[in-house]
Parts: sequence; structure tokens; C-alpha cells
Amino acid sequence: MNVRSAAGRLSAGMSARTEPAGRPAGDLVAKRRRDAQRRQLNVAGLRVLVAVVFLGGWELGTRLGWIDPFFWSQPSAIFAKLWYWISQGTELGPLWEQALVTMEETVGGFVVGSILGVIIGVALGRSRLLSDVLGPYIKAANAIPRVVVGALFAISLGLDIKSKIATAAVLVFFVVFFNAFQGVREVDRTLIANARILGAGDRQLTTEILIPSALSWIVASLHTSFGLALVGAVVGELFGATQGVGELIYNAKNQFDAAGVFAGMGLLAAMALVAEALITALEDRLIKWRPPVATETRI
Amino acid sequence: MSPAIELHHATKRFLTPSGTVFTALQNLDMAVEPGEFCAVVGPTGCGKSTTLALISGLEPPSEGEVKVFGEPVTGIGEGIGYVFQTDAVFPWKTVLENVAAGPRYRGVANRDAREQARDWLSRVGLSGFEDRYPYQLSGGMRKRVALAQSLINGPRILLMDEPFSALDVQTRSLMENELLGLWAASSASVVFVTHDLEEAISLSDRVFVITAGPGTVKSNYKVDLPRPRNVAEIRFEPRFGEIYQEIWNDLRDEVLVSYERQKRSGAA
Repeated sequence: MNVRSAAGRLSAGMSARTEPAGRPAGDLVAKRRRDAQRRQLNVAGLRVLVAVVFLGGWELGTRLGWIDPFFWSQPSAIFAKLWYWISQGTELGPLWEQALVTMEETVGGFVVGSILGVIIGVALGRSRLLSDVLGPYIKAANAIPRVVVGALFAISLGLDIKSKIATAAVLVFFVVFFNAFQGVREVDRTLIANARILGAGDRQLTTEILIPSALSWIVASLHTSFGLALVGAVVGELFGATQGVGELIYNAKNQFDAAGVFAGMGLLAAMALVAEALITALEDRLIKWRPPVATETRI
Repeated sequence: MSPAIELHHATKRFLTPSGTVFTALQNLDMAVEPGEFCAVVGPTGCGKSTTLALISGLEPPSEGEVKVFGEPVTGIGEGIGYVFQTDAVFPWKTVLENVAAGPRYRGVANRDAREQARDWLSRVGLSGFEDRYPYQLSGGMRKRVALAQSLINGPRILLMDEPFSALDVQTRSLMENELLGLWAASSASVVFVTHDLEEAISLSDRVFVITAGPGTVKSNYKVDLPRPRNVAEIRFEPRFGEIYQEIWNDLRDEVLVSYERQKRSGAA
């Protein structure tokens, strides 16, 4: 009480001194909004500055001969290369086609890996026997650096899209699996008891309690796992492909074309950022029942 | 006519993670008549919640018998409602979906279940909140959702485990009055666990005092206060004070025993 009335007096006094008397509350809101806008502008400006300093320093460094452009390339050459790919096409075909192929492989692997991860994670989370029997094998499989399976798939599934989807799916699977498993294990016991008292059978318990409860864990893992799907697709392409951004990078490497490697990397980064935004949108849809987290900036 | 609930020499033991046996209830005898509102009071950790778990069928007794309407309890019973101490409404379901869950689980078509749920929401004063999620409600409103969720199934036995202990005092007496109204309109027997003797007396027809763990019934008292009651005012009746005095004399010893034990285990 005291604090509030004191604050009221304070703001009233301040508005009387600095601004025409009237609606101090409205003024405060307007001031907040102005401050927030100014801050956003600041952040945006500083971001541009960081990019300018980094790319400018790089370019300057190569021009002055401190950095060897043969190994490290330079921003102007990278942009020229990108522009060449966009306007003239790459040696594998139009650039958008390469991006599309890699995106298809990534999304395919992401979807297959996530679905398998959720199904098997929930199954093992529900069954003590299954998790006890299979647990050590899954841990062992997880300990292997899994990108090497890309080599296996390149042999068994061929050089087309299937082997890349498989590689990406394997990487995604383990992340989603562990989160789904843990999510099911950590379901609030009271919620289960409540559902059973209300009359839920085993199936309803799984679909209406366990999976929704595990969903916040699973969704949290999707950000990581989409990045891994992209890794899987590109690594798959490195092991052997006829199309895709990974293949572009591989070709550039074989021609000692550092600018090409960097251009491919930039392309992958852009694709990952777009995907990240899509996943955030998906997350908001899937768990709209969760209280919004008060964050100041979203990266 | 057989009692609605009957516990006969019920004993419940748990295996603790360290491998020792913990006896929560020992030779507990208790009978609740159909339509009776009973309160169970006792010191913390005396097995009050375990008693409800036995009646509901969530846990089987280690020894002894638990009967509901003359039938031994073998699993989760049909006619049971349970309001939990902590929030047990489903956070990912809207208020309406939460209340409609019970009928849907019991095979009612989705549309009819929603229709019933709407009706129950208006009875607990939550019309207009159908599409909210639980995190958007206050603690008192979430308790109303929990009540509607349990009552929609038309339970013959309503078990309540310190349901209002997390609410502030004003909300609490409001909810207590509403509970009495809803109970009067049903024919359910209620077992209401609480550590608050005032709450126990103002709500119930009968109060069971449980001993410091392992819990067993020490005594039971009939509360002969007239109904309908207003819980906010009934505590000023002289008869209320007399009953309180009588039960407290009994309860105090158990609370002291439990407190001494806690002190000792805390010191050790």
C-alpha cells in the first residue's frame, strides 16, 4: 500500500514538473514504448556494425596481404561466387535446385527420425522391461559417432536422396528418442492417478496424458535435431551424391575453391535460419497451453 | 444396508528406496455411511492420503479389507471421484476439455461430453472460461475445474485430499461453501482429508482422528451442527467450540508425538 501510494505521488510530482498535467499513466506507457523502440534500433544497428567490422576486416586483411585469399578466400570473392551461382547456375544445375534437394533430404530425415524417435521413446518409456532390455544397446549405439553410418547408407542405399534421408534420420532419432523417453518418465504421477480415476484406459493414458506431457520435452529437442538433420544431409552428400549443397561444397573443395566452400556454408546457414523460424512457429502451435515465457529478445 | 465405505483392519506397508519397510497404516477400522460427509484429521505423515489411495483402489492394502458398498475393492472403482491436493487438472487441455475428460473416458460421445461439461462449468461458476488453459486461471478457479471434473462422473464416493490447503483464506471458505452446496445436491459420501480441524468440523457430519504414524483411527466424533451451514459463520456457534475442544484434546497428543519425532529425526 505504502509503496504504491508513494510511487503514485512520485509520478504525479514528476509529471507536474516535466510534462503538462493530465494522464501520467498514459505518459508512462508511451515512454516505455519509446524506450523499447529505441533499444530495438540500437540492437539492430549494433548487429549491422558487427557484420561490417567482421566482413570489412576480413576483406581488408586479404587486400593488405595479411590473410592468404587462396586458403581463406575473401568476402568479395564469396559474394561474387554466390552471385555467379545465382545468375549463371552451378556446375550441377541451377542453385535453387541444389538448395531444394538438400532441404528435401533434411526435412525427410527430420520427419522420419522424429516420428521413429517419438514412437520408440514413448514405447520404452512406458515399458520397464523393454527399456531394461534395450537400454544398453541404445546407449552403445548413441556412443558411436553416428555420421559414419552415412558411408554405410551410401553403399547400401545408393547415391540418391534415400541415403541422405537415412543418415539425417539416424542423427535426429537419438535426440528425439532420449527426450521422448525422459518426457514419458517424468510425467506427474498425480496426473496419471487423476486420469485413471476419471476412467482413462491404457490407450487414453498414452495419447492424452503421456504424449502431451512429453511433448514439451520433444519439442524442445526439435531445434537441436533440425540442425542435426541438416548435418546428416550434408554429410550424406559428402559421402557421394549428384546434387545438393553438400555436393557443391565437395566439388569446390576438390577444385581448391575456398570461395565456393564459404558460399556453400553461407547458403546452409541461411537455410538453417529459415528452418529455425519455422520450428519456433510450430512450437508455439504445439504447446500453446504453456504459459508464455517472458523473454526480452528472441534469437 | 451396508456402509458406503468400510475399512477393516487395513494395513499398508511400503518398501522405502533404502530397502526398509515403512508402515503407513496399521489396523485401520473405519466406516462411512451413504451420503455422509466425513473428515479425516491427523498430524502430518500419519497416512491420511494413503487411506484415500486404498479406498480409491489406486493402492491395494497389504493386509485387511477395503469394501465400497459391500464389494471388496480390487481396482479403481467406477463410482469414485478424487480431488487431489496438488493441481491435477491437465495443463494441455482447455477448461472444457478437462471437465469433459471423465465422460469421454467412460465412453460418452464427444459432443455429449462437452454438453455435460458446459453444464457443470456453469454450476461451479466458470461459464465463459471454457476455452482457457489452466495456467490462465487462478488457484481457486483451477480447484473449481478439478471439482467439476470429478463431479461430472456422478461419483457415489468423493475423496478429497486437502483440496483447499493451497488457497488463501477467503477463497477457501468460499470454496467450502460451494462444496457443501454441490454435495447437498448429490447423494455422494465424502471423505475429506485435512490437517485443519476447523475446516473438518465446519464441513462434516463425522470427524475421524488418526494417530501419528503408523496411522490408525484413534476416535471418531459425530458433528451435530445443523445444516445447511455457512462455514464462515458456523465457527462462532457455541456448540462448534465445544466440539472443537473435545476433538482437539484428542488430536493434540498425536500432533505432539509427531512433532517430537520430526525434531528427533531432524536432530539425528
